[in-house]
Amino acid sequence: MNSSPRSSSTRNGATASLILLVVFLAAWQWGPPLVGVPSFIVPPLSMVATEFVHAWQFDHLLLHTGVTIAEVLAGFVLGSLLGASIGYLLGMSPTAELALSPYILALQIAPKVAFAPLFILWMGFTVYPKILVAILIVFFPVMVNVLTAVRTVDPDLVNLARAFKATRAQIFWKIEFPNSMPPMFAGLRIGATLAVVGVVVGELVGGNVGLGYLLTFGEGQANTPLVFVSIVMLTLVGSIAYFAVILVERRVLHYLPQRTAMDRNL
Amino acid sequence: MPASPASTPIRLEYRNVTMRFADRTGGVLTAVRGVNLSVRDGEVVCLIGPSGCGKSTLLNIGSGLTAPSEGTAFVDGREVAGPNAQVAFMLQKDLLLPWRTVAENVMFGVEIQRVPLPERRRRAEQLLQQFSLAEFSGHYPHQLSGGMRQRVALARTLAVDPHVLLLDEPFSAVDAQTRIVLQRDLARTLAENGKTALLITHDLLEAVTLSDRVLVMSRRPGVIIEEIAIDMPLRADPIARRGDPKVNDYVARLMDRLDIAHASLERESAGGAA
Repeated sequence: MNSSPRSSSTRNGATASLILLVVFLAAWQWGPPLVGVPSFIVPPLSMVATEFVHAWQFDHLLLHTGVTIAEVLAGFVLGSLLGASIGYLLGMSPTAELALSPYILALQIAPKVAFAPLFILWMGFTVYPKILVAILIVFFPVMVNVLTAVRTVDPDLVNLARAFKATRAQIFWKIEFPNSMPPMFAGLRIGATLAVVGVVVGELVGGNVGLGYLLTFGEGQANTPLVFVSIVMLTLVGSIAYFAVILVERRVLHYLPQRTAMDRNL
Repeated sequence: MPASPASTPIRLEYRNVTMRFADRTGGVLTAVRGVNLSVRDGEVVCLIGPSGCGKSTLLNIGSGLTAPSEGTAFVDGREVAGPNAQVAFMLQKDLLLPWRTVAENVMFGVEIQRVPLPERRRRAEQLLQQFSLAEFSGHYPHQLSGGMRQRVALARTLAVDPHVLLLDEPFSAVDAQTRIVLQRDLARTLAENGKTALLITHDLLEAVTLSDRVLVMSRRPGVIIEEIAIDMPLRADPIARRGDPKVNDYVARLMDRLDIAHASLERESAGGAA
């Protein structure tokens, strides 16, 4: 599949990415002191690395990361399932969509993270409010994409199936469902990164475990390097979630020609 | 092939079919009015007419996807009350499912009709062989050319072994050379399997070379204004028919009936979708 001009452009792109990374890390290490920024504002790379080791040994960094990953996973899976199910239901019932659309729109406009304090009031300092925020935030992109996909399925395709005497269930499973896969994965990609946002906000608001908690803990102690460590770990968690979705997507949507550089690099 | 004698059973029949739609302004739009036509077993009949004259509406009625406002369609003497297994249709769009391989696309109809898997595979293999697509059976639609995709669509239509094929401008989206090859494939297949077909086309040459009879429809509300029997041999070989000097006479007659020389593009485009 890879013609030589493409693979050479891929190689050039990868080399450039690597050079950018080295430049960035170097700027992080030596940039702040060079322009007189004190290390308690922007700690250089080496300080953050030292803090990482310290946090791993004494601050249960692994535990906090593990809890956050578990919450993200739970929120993402449940939110996606719920979003997809409701998307299919509304997609197949225009009446239901018409009746529910103002409320769905209102809920979609409401900033989901604002619910975090409320959920903590309801469920206490447990993992559940964090998962709930993630569910709520993942729900919409998945639902909207699935709904649109079911709505915009080519009517001629449905007629073709109907002409073969397809039942309603067959039309769903053989046309509408597979047809909704590409937009659903677009929603899942967005959902994967949003799930991390939802969980972190929940952890910031209340609790004593998770990377969001570690972040506020670091802040309370004026430990800037620990804040940086938390941010890096959160980015890592988000990246893992995102690329996990892409990995599954490439398996499921293997029949599509690959589109973006990010797809190909994987 | 001589025109089917009167003793041959009628496969597809429209009796006094009228179709009305509500238009955008709340008025009533009559797409076709009082259409009577019958297609005998093994016959290929072409339907031509200006855009928007209700040709596609007739096909939808024949396939049982829409019910006529008045009148009745019959397939094998039975009233069409909904989709039925004796009829299969094919459109200008190939409607291949991108997530299915070529073989799986061919099997789509028989799969819906719950034909057992070994039989499905057998039919797909045979049809792909017949259409020189065997080596592409594992490919996905996006890997095929437009002509090949349309051939897969034809194979899918034939896989359900219908008595009647309803074809709505099946080759109008492919290039001229590919179209000639596809016309030949279709003509051969219809003749070899003795299939009955009603074919909509805008291509007058296609109508003359592929069919036993051509029906000309008027502008909306569509009524059948002329029936022309194509009295030429070799219906299974449209390429040979193209060389027949009679073709020009038939095309000229159709052009005359359609009033193409005087038609204004304005009115043509105002017709909207066929």
